[in-house]
Amino acid sequence: MTTHVEFKNVAKTFDGHTNVVEDINLQIPRGEFLTLLGPSGSGKTTCLMMLAGFESPTEGEILVDGKSVQDVPAHRRAFGIVFQSYALFPHMSVAKNLAFPLEVRGIETSRRNELVDRALKLVQLEGFGSRKPNQLSGGQQQRVAIARALVYEPELVLMDEPLGALDRQLREEMQYEIRRIQEEVGVTMIYVTHDQGEAMVLSDRIAVFEAGKIKQLAAPITLYEEPDDPFVASFIGENNRLFGTVTHVGEALCTVDVDGHTIQAAQVAEDTSPGDKVVVVIRPERVSILQSDHSLSNSQEATVLSITFVGDHLRVQLDTCGNPDFIAKIPNIAGHGSVLKGDKVNIGWATLDCRALPIR
Amino acid sequence: MNTLFWRTVKGAIGVFTAFGFLFLIGPLFVIVPLSFNAEPYFTFRPEMLMLDPEAFSLRWYENLFNDEEWHRALFNSFFIGICATILATTLGTLAAISLNQSNFPARRTVMALLISPMVTPIVIVGVSVFFFYSQPFIGLAQTYLGIILSHAMLGAPFVVITVTATLAGFNQTLMHAASSLGANAWTRFRRVQLPLISPGVITGGLFAFATSFDEVVVVLFMGGLEQRTLPRQMWSGIREEINPTILAVATLLIIFAVLVLFTVEWLRARTAKQLQPQ
Repeated sequence: MTTHVEFKNVAKTFDGHTNVVEDINLQIPRGEFLTLLGPSGSGKTTCLMMLAGFESPTEGEILVDGKSVQDVPAHRRAFGIVFQSYALFPHMSVAKNLAFPLEVRGIETSRRNELVDRALKLVQLEGFGSRKPNQLSGGQQQRVAIARALVYEPELVLMDEPLGALDRQLREEMQYEIRRIQEEVGVTMIYVTHDQGEAMVLSDRIAVFEAGKIKQLAAPITLYEEPDDPFVASFIGENNRLFGTVTHVGEALCTVDVDGHTIQAAQVAEDTSPGDKVVVVIRPERVSILQSDHSLSNSQEATVLSITFVGDHLRVQLDTCGNPDFIAKIPNIAGHGSVLKGDKVNIGWATLDCRALPIR
Repeated sequence: MNTLFWRTVKGAIGVFTAFGFLFLIGPLFVIVPLSFNAEPYFTFRPEMLMLDPEAFSLRWYENLFNDEEWHRALFNSFFIGICATILATTLGTLAAISLNQSNFPARRTVMALLISPMVTPIVIVGVSVFFFYSQPFIGLAQTYLGIILSHAMLGAPFVVITVTATLAGFNQTLMHAASSLGANAWTRFRRVQLPLISPGVITGGLFAFATSFDEVVVVLFMGGLEQRTLPRQMWSGIREEINPTILAVATLLIIFAVLVLFTVEWLRARTAKQLQPQ
């Protein structure tokens, strides 16, 4: 697949000394759904605004189809943009809003109406053309905003937290809607959000931002199963964290000493050597409470501090390896009733289910 | 006792308000019936008080429309007013938009300078404009252009203030959206920003027109015989020949001012309605 958008060593500073983003390198293939994910203030929106042309990079450059867009003003870039606040023109009807980019491009009336109708159909709002934006619900306004960003058939669509203002149920509905539309139209999509669940559902790949840098860029499943950065490990899903020191390095595996306990972990950084400080991360659903005759490559003694019934699973809070906040999710299947608060139990997990991430 | 106290306070406030109206607005309404006086006096004659139809007439209005001088004054007032309004509204709106950009250098200072004609005593404005414009290399004293420029300067602050107020409620993301949709700066302004701030622009324009329309001091200094406006003509009317034509003019001006006020209020209500989410 050809590269559609590329960020090359992009950095941006507003005040001249602190970088809002730095060292951003991204290659986005045509047709990909890429999400920029991170907490607020991590620089993801700044990246989007630079691509849109509302801000310009202090260093580095942004290429679209291999050409620098440095000197192309925002209105010549022809990307579709959906804003968090929808940014529909309040004085124009829905149809006029959709026709605006077409009028600006000098497309004749009959063709214009055709495109507007098609866009309204795409977002399932046929018959809403004559309404004013303030006569629509939040979800409908969002659909209009999406239709407007697609109506002139841009090849690249940028979305800045488009579902941020919607309630939860509507947000989930719209996620699938956005994915469906993206697949139907086949555009390259760059999507900004701070909601990791949203990012997981929508994206082909996710770039996780923290403090202006991309911590990891990978497919959702890779980010979840193989995080290679402590921030990513705790930001995507839930993870138990145990801090320790590497004592022995084997082939792709290492041994870590955590508070006097020995743990076998998958080794993430190739240059890991004994003595390195690492954080060992283990997903709560990969932890099992072991029957007495059973063992796993890692097994530890633990004390059950509390048990919460969640429905499909039990959430067990354990004190182990010096971490009194160690969580295990035990599936709700026959036999779980044998564990009680205050019990001393053996817990275990596989070596490949825990990863030793270097602390930098 | 407590309720009695508050009732007294309320009554006192009511009486105070009534007096306020009586002394501030009352004199205006006295003018209206007097302008229909059949005789050339500024007083109510007994026949008028008895509502004798014979005591009323439209002769002063007729006089107003037949008299050459009043004609010219009427034309001058509208001509100067409209030109000054167009100038003040255009420049004031542009100024307000630039001043609302966060990267504008020395924003507060420039804003204060633009607003200053509003607070400078009008006599000082009149004198200084007169001396400046009558310099031989400028030569704008006793010309329409000179008066139009001075009136535009006096009206522009109103436009700056009303447009700035409307811009505070203007969502700048809309301009980003328009630009992402392919609109250049001029299209963005014309199709998105101007329609949305138009209530502020029109309100400012009406105030600017009203300022020019009843301005007398600058015209006294700057205007020749040719440039006499309605207020200037009334001024000489009162000094030279006291007759109720002035009252007819005054009545028309009051009606005009009321219409302007209603328009402003209507525009304000319409904006509020348009921006209100449902």
